[in-house]
Amino acid sequence: MAEFTINLNGKSTKVDVAPNTPLLWVLRDHLDLVGTKYGCGIAQCGACTVHIDDIAMRACTLPISQISEQKITTIEGLSENGTHPVQKAWLEHDVAQCGYCQTGQIMTAAAFLKDNANPSDDEIARAMNGNICRCGTYTRIKAAVKTAAKNQ
Amino acid sequence: MSTIKTHYNRRSFLKISAASGGGMLLGFSFLAGCKADVVAEQIKTKALPKNWFDMNAFLKIGENGLVTILSPNPEIGQNVKTSMPMLIAEELDVNWEDVVVEQAGFDKNKYERQVAGGSQSIRHGWTSLRTAGATARRMLLEAAAQKLEVPVDELRTENGIISHKNSDKTISYGEVASVASQIEIPEEVQLKDPKDFKIIGQGIKNVDGQKIVTGQPLFGLDYKRDGMLIAMIEHPPAFGMKLKSVDDSKAKTMSGIKGVYTIDTSSLSEQRPTIFAFSEVVAVVGNSTWEVLQAKKALNIEWEKANTLEDSATHSQEMDKFLANKNIEAKRKDGNPSKAFKDASKIIERVYTAPFLAHNTLEPMNFFADVSSEKADLVGPIQTPQWASGMVADALGMDVENVSIDMTRQGGGFGRRLYGHFVVEAALISKAAQSPIKLIYTREDDMSYGVYRPAYKVKYRAAINDKNEMTAFHVSGVGAHGGPVWENRFPAGAVEHYLAEDQSIETVVSTGAWRAPKSNFIAGAEQAFLDEVAEAIGKDPIDFRLELFEKAKANPVGEENDYDAERYAGVLKMVREKSGWDNQKSGVHRGVAAYYCHNSYVAQVVDIIEKNGKPAIQKVWSAVDCGIVVNPEGAKNQIEGGLIDGIGHAMYSAMSFKDGVPQQKNFNTYNLIRHMDAPMEIETHFVDNGIDPTGLGEPGLPPVMGALANALYKATGKRFYDQPFAQNKELLG
Ligand code: FES
Ligand code: FES
Repeated sequence: MAEFTINLNGKSTKVDVAPNTPLLWVLRDHLDLVGTKYGCGIAQCGACTVHIDDIAMRACTLPISQISEQKITTIEGLSENGTHPVQKAWLEHDVAQCGYCQTGQIMTAAAFLKDNANPSDDEIARAMNGNICRCGTYTRIKAAVKTAAKNQ
Repeated sequence: MSTIKTHYNRRSFLKISAASGGGMLLGFSFLAGCKADVVAEQIKTKALPKNWFDMNAFLKIGENGLVTILSPNPEIGQNVKTSMPMLIAEELDVNWEDVVVEQAGFDKNKYERQVAGGSQSIRHGWTSLRTAGATARRMLLEAAAQKLEVPVDELRTENGIISHKNSDKTISYGEVASVASQIEIPEEVQLKDPKDFKIIGQGIKNVDGQKIVTGQPLFGLDYKRDGMLIAMIEHPPAFGMKLKSVDDSKAKTMSGIKGVYTIDTSSLSEQRPTIFAFSEVVAVVGNSTWEVLQAKKALNIEWEKANTLEDSATHSQEMDKFLANKNIEAKRKDGNPSKAFKDASKIIERVYTAPFLAHNTLEPMNFFADVSSEKADLVGPIQTPQWASGMVADALGMDVENVSIDMTRQGGGFGRRLYGHFVVEAALISKAAQSPIKLIYTREDDMSYGVYRPAYKVKYRAAINDKNEMTAFHVSGVGAHGGPVWENRFPAGAVEHYLAEDQSIETVVSTGAWRAPKSNFIAGAEQAFLDEVAEAIGKDPIDFRLELFEKAKANPVGEENDYDAERYAGVLKMVREKSGWDNQKSGVHRGVAAYYCHNSYVAQVVDIIEKNGKPAIQKVWSAVDCGIVVNPEGAKNQIEGGLIDGIGHAMYSAMSFKDGVPQQKNFNTYNLIRHMDAPMEIETHFVDNGIDPTGLGEPGLPPVMGALANALYKATGKRFYDQPFAQNKELLG
């Protein structure tokens, strides 16, 4: 066990965990932030996507010891009350089926739109390709990303 | 308007007065605990009421008119948590904005058929849920009549307000809720005429939408209770193996670990050996997921052979042997097929195959259990709470009345959560560890301890006479385990000489229902085969099918045909019109298919174009007849998801075995469809016929596999017989 201080959703936060604990489990088990999901544990599905200094990263393979000063943003910190343009677009398009993958999808989309404010369909598909939706909401996700791009 | 006898048993309408109604207050468990937020988040129009008055098992009304509807069935992504309450709210006649939805716990005394399976929730709930709403409405009217001192017949309702026809007297539901909750349940109620529907037919958004996009706790994996420990299991690495010995000396001493337990689940495997493969698993229990994962890796377990260790190659050979058998018992035989085949001028024979599939719900199996000597308290994602509670009671030797199950939102089902062995495991682990625990499967555990879609093969033969007519049709299927053939489905009834056979080979690999059981393979095979037959006799594939439906309508062969030829033909005609099938476009390769399952009819056209030198799906068109569409947005979403699921599994996914060991354990080796492979566009149309609604969770999946194969043929000149199609190199980029 070791104590770590992380910059999480704009707050300095202390946790006492084994250094190799992935950020995913620190968030879920130790900080009760469960919006970041577990789907594969090997960086294949994107369910655990968070932002590290505004870049989309997989929390399931990111040991807490490798994060120092960087700014961590989880879905809970993306906006107050779900008002980020990507979240709003997700609601407008009623994207979710089971909903399990969607926080990861939203985090990937939000980071992507920061880099590319006006993406083509192909660019959206490529940017989102690492996020599996087992329920098959891909066409709605694409439409929602386009709406978010327009509204941001 | 139709009059419906209410037929409620008294217990389903237990009345709780406000004074005695502690149970009506929000906040007594995690689920309810988050309900206060749900309520706060969902309410747009009113404040939280001080009191809730229970009208019946499905709804309670606050003194300010806010309505809570309890959604009885498990929500696995099929959107019943939105669409079932819509049925109740419609007949209650309230503003949807005044409705808050909660998931009901499992309670067999209050609710019927709390199952997510077979696309049956809406079909079964259609009358009973509307009756629940109408019954409460009637009680509110009677209470209003008392209060306003007018005859009940002179009162009408609209959006939660009761008004008197002959005066300007009005009163709100909230104001009469307390009195109404004490009124005798009416024996009969009137249901609305569909033309008066205000909520049914509206595109109402997912009631959990806000929670989903903000990452609030909703799913089983998110569940937490004070004092709860985390549990994980090790199961035999191969089907056909069992536990020999456990050396937990290292694991036990690791940081955060409470204990290691051998869990005996033989009560399951003895009862249902084809579904529940393992009779013992080893459980590790500790403080946190990561610590338990480390200790799980440190276990030293010896497994031993208990049965044959099977290979996929052997399954395939075995199925070939069964198909070659000359004396298979017919499941259905019309006319004289053997003579028709003898007299044929041309015979087409094709074999189609598909591998085992894992369900791969994105939220892996998990369940919370808190077991004491008196009771078992369980919470989590399960499609069959009733079956699971019975199995838990058996395993614990406890009266089933003492087993309670609450359902969380579920990160996918697809049939996997019908089989609640993990609920039993959670209960037994909690008992052994003497602590509340949450059992979590890793992705690897989930994928390698599946209840898989069986591997299948099917052989089709068609006899064509010298007038270029299909005179006989022969389908012969085999599966491991359980065959894929529905003997009474199309084209049975449309062909004079017909023979259907179905066989099953034994396997120690556990298999079960997977979204649209059997249809998830046979539809694609059948629709691809009919495409070849149509081509052989020189007919447009839609014309060819429509002629068969004409025959089935005018002059059906046999009496057991399980489809309505008119509705079947209807979706084909609709997809022909909407997709502009008759005006083929250059560079667009099109395939068509239609299928009937779960009481609904779906026809689909897949358009393929060439993109970066490989076939890409440009668009999928669907025409759907599921009767009245309760929630058009949700319905479209189901069809879109179903067809992407169908395309994905037909193209990319496979589970295989070597020496009993699952060869795919995570998404690096098990391919699922991703954004770049998904159709670029989807267009879905519904038949508007006013017939009572039927299922939508499954019917969108099966036909698209055939439409895809047929479009791929047009695009590549090659027929694809073996799923997953992408094992052919030319289909991969
Ligand atoms: S859980 Fe991290 S990518 Fe799947
Ligand atoms: S909505 Fe279910 S996995 Fe994406």
